[in-house]
Amino acid sequence: MNAPFFKYGLFGDNVSLIIAFVIGIGFGFFLERAGFGNGKKLAMQFYFRDMSVLKVMFTAIVTAMLGVYYLSVIGFIDLSLVYLVPTNILPQAIGGLILGFGFVIGGYCPGTSCVSAATGKKDGIVYVIGVFLGILVFDEFFPLVKGLYNATPMGQLTIAQWSNIPYGLLVFAVVLMAIGGFIAAEWAEKKNAGKEGSVIPERMDK
Amino acid sequence: MSELTQTAEIKKAETDKAKPYWNPYLSGIGLGLVLLLAFIVMGRGLGASGAFGSVIASGLNAVAPQHVNSNEYLKENFEGGVNPLKDWLVFEVIGVIAGGFISGALAGRIKITTFKGPNISNGKRLVFALLGGAIMGFGAKLARGCTSGQALTGGALLNLGSWVFMLCVFAGAYALAYFMRRQWT
Repeated sequence: MNAPFFKYGLFGDNVSLIIAFVIGIGFGFFLERAGFGNGKKLAMQFYFRDMSVLKVMFTAIVTAMLGVYYLSVIGFIDLSLVYLVPTNILPQAIGGLILGFGFVIGGYCPGTSCVSAATGKKDGIVYVIGVFLGILVFDEFFPLVKGLYNATPMGQLTIAQWSNIPYGLLVFAVVLMAIGGFIAAEWAEKKNAGKEGSVIPERMDK
Repeated sequence: MSELTQTAEIKKAETDKAKPYWNPYLSGIGLGLVLLLAFIVMGRGLGASGAFGSVIASGLNAVAPQHVNSNEYLKENFEGGVNPLKDWLVFEVIGVIAGGFISGALAGRIKITTFKGPNISNGKRLVFALLGGAIMGFGAKLARGCTSGQALTGGALLNLGSWVFMLCVFAGAYALAYFMRRQWT
């Protein structure tokens, strides 16, 4: 059997929508389990008091990255058929900064705000409305931002292709980076124990 | 926060009987496996902001079709006569809402409330939520994706633009965190 199944025509568009719903349930379930329906918990990442954003995100990235890499090495999945969003460095960098501002101001990102709203949180519901407004503004003013949006096109590009570093070596480097990040995250949480919003309610050495 | 309010919050949490969140590494593995499943079954990753965009495009098309037709960016949503709501990401996000609700219900976390720091009023917090959401929506459009479609999905695929994006998200949030401290801490 060859993966990705959809790309090999194992099922059609209508079935893919049912799969989308099922995968979405899994996505929303684990976001909520992690506490990502809680905007304060998410924001605490940026005060080094609750590093769950970093821990969850990088554990997920490492899990999926290792999975897809080893499955491609054994020939189960054709990695070239997995869709890559094309790279446009400049708008992605500026968009990323803007997104970061929105994250710490509002407390969520689009996916987590859906989970927050679904569990009855008012700030999550209002945030979702905000996302709609922001997209509406972007759409309406597209002619003004079109130049930036289409700037620096590099096509579908992995770091391996761009840097000529072997894919497997980069995978290994990301794993090491994640482990380093986790150690730093645990250290930061302990250091900020007892502060408002901290994941550790009290200092251990008290 | 004073110890008194902290004790009060702990007591409140006990009476709410909400279960604690899962260990972040365990949740992360779960999330990673869902993402891996999407790669294997669909040949694509997860997303969120794209679905919001589809809803806006079809909403605008319902109230002002000529206006949509005159906007080249919006027009793309309707190329080939497709309905932008019959879209993979739209169905996925409906699933996210369902999955979030299921998890919240199982853990006793469905509750009408507002998350915020102790030094800000509910009203001000909601204004910031609206503002932050709008900024995020604009940024996600400019960056061709958000934390799900870019950082998580592109991160796992070693997508160059996604990694630049992800570093910029953290840089932006940390840069502004000091100025937002009254809201959260």
